[in-house]
Amino acid sequence: MMNYDQLVCRRIADVPPSGIRKFFDIVSEMKDAISLGVGEPDFTTPWRYNDAAIFSLRQGHTHYTSNWGLIELRRAIADYQLHRFGVEYDPTCEVLVTVGASEGIDLALRALVEPGDEVLAPDPTYVSYVPGIVFSGGTCVTLPTSAENQFKLTPEALRAAITPKTKAIILPYPNNPTGGVMSRADLEAIADVLRGTNIIVISDEIYAELTYGEQTHVSFASIPGMWERTITLNGFSKAFAMTGWRMGFACGPKQLMDVMVKIHQYTMLCAPTAGQYAALEALEAGKENHYADVAQMVRTYDRRRRIVVDAFNQMGLSCFEPLGAFYAFPSIRSTGMNSQEFCKRLLDAKKVATVPGDAFGALGEGHIRVSYATATDKIIEAMKRIGDFVSEL
Amino acid sequence: MITDFELSILEVLMSDARTAHDRIALMVGSTEADVTAAIADMEQRRIIVNYPATINWDLVSRDEVEALIEVRVTPQRGEGFDAIAEQIYRFEEVSSVYLMSGAYDLMVLIRGRTMKQLALFVAEKLSTLENVNSTATHFVLKKYKLNGVILEGGQDDNRLAVSP
Repeated sequence: MMNYDQLVCRRIADVPPSGIRKFFDIVSEMKDAISLGVGEPDFTTPWRYNDAAIFSLRQGHTHYTSNWGLIELRRAIADYQLHRFGVEYDPTCEVLVTVGASEGIDLALRALVEPGDEVLAPDPTYVSYVPGIVFSGGTCVTLPTSAENQFKLTPEALRAAITPKTKAIILPYPNNPTGGVMSRADLEAIADVLRGTNIIVISDEIYAELTYGEQTHVSFASIPGMWERTITLNGFSKAFAMTGWRMGFACGPKQLMDVMVKIHQYTMLCAPTAGQYAALEALEAGKENHYADVAQMVRTYDRRRRIVVDAFNQMGLSCFEPLGAFYAFPSIRSTGMNSQEFCKRLLDAKKVATVPGDAFGALGEGHIRVSYATATDKIIEAMKRIGDFVSEL
Repeated sequence: MITDFELSILEVLMSDARTAHDRIALMVGSTEADVTAAIADMEQRRIIVNYPATINWDLVSRDEVEALIEVRVTPQRGEGFDAIAEQIYRFEEVSSVYLMSGAYDLMVLIRGRTMKQLALFVAEKLSTLENVNSTATHFVLKKYKLNGVILEGGQDDNRLAVSP
């Protein structure tokens, strides 16, 4: 008999399964539930991008590309980063096309982290960071954030967490699951703490296009003096509704990208070629029509966002106003339930799926994540059902 | 030109014209009174023309035929295409009239009970108009997509129920 428990790498095997996965299994059994648990756009990929990928197949572009990705796509990405966010990258050696921004997170962590290094990440936060840090041999040190501070990372929390072992910080704004964003002033304050240190910033900006209200996204690398220490991660999943294509990119100083591409070339070789053509079309179409597709999606999300936030506040579950991504993160503490219990009972009683906040870290407890990337009429019905559930408690 | 506020209202109405004004106000971050005033103003300016439902008549068991007619005309001095277009759109059978670029001048959509009825309309009313040089009638057999909505399939949400 093989004793697999002794054979597998304990460091990996001991990482707990995602709290989202557990809940997914429960929800999947309920066929007619309305799901507000989805972390991807409800819009399908604009057909024009699909068509470009299909055309590339017809043309016979079914081979590997450069490890870095198609140079046309890297040029388009560099152009996009410059004109949309004011950060300049050399497409020949500072832009890497990745398999989703998720691969970028993994590459950045593995390129930086030595055993024993500490990596900082906000809590609550996206589910992949802590496992990614563990996979790379590092230790995650969490940075507490709270609804009182609009789930922003504060310079005080950052300063308190820095030790001589701190190698990097993951800065994921606009934030999944909270919807929190960081203004230029907020980022300047973080930059002030980092100046004079050797800490690298992994800025996960996958929701960069999805901001609401007056403020648009500020890329951390655009803060004076921060470019040199920042790896910017972004991709096509959210803003261009291309989740299933798994297309992302990483940008940063050549010396860092050289190490990241080393892992990428040996493990991935290159991002899927047809997807690269679809992504190129997305950027070209965006440039042509001034990102009208993106703007229309953002306006739609914004209207749904107001419905959701208003409904939670009306039913007495306090909900801070999310200004980015497509999630609301209301507090359910007033119900006396923990987040797992709330989500489970809500699903059983009213067939509405949400995600328990504790899936996103210890400080997510007491909250639920509600995605408004779902058709407006479904959102309205779901909010009515949640309201009924809360009032019947 | 319209404001972003007005555009946002139009987008809500385009997806569901029944949306109550207080709901629209919530969605666009305004007050009910301001939304009502903006809608009234856009109706006044004929930006919003009417509020029809999008209906898939193929699912209704009643005779309904639609045809698209390419019409070549001679534009009139001082009037251009407008006068002849008016002579055409006055007919109740005509549901839409567009001035087109390209091989013909006017595209006329007509609706009726039977193919024969529409054919007779073209033969007796449309072709006989002074300044109409020729017509080509195309009957609509099936509608796949109407007002941005795919009529059969293609609308299901097939995403994973919960994802990170």
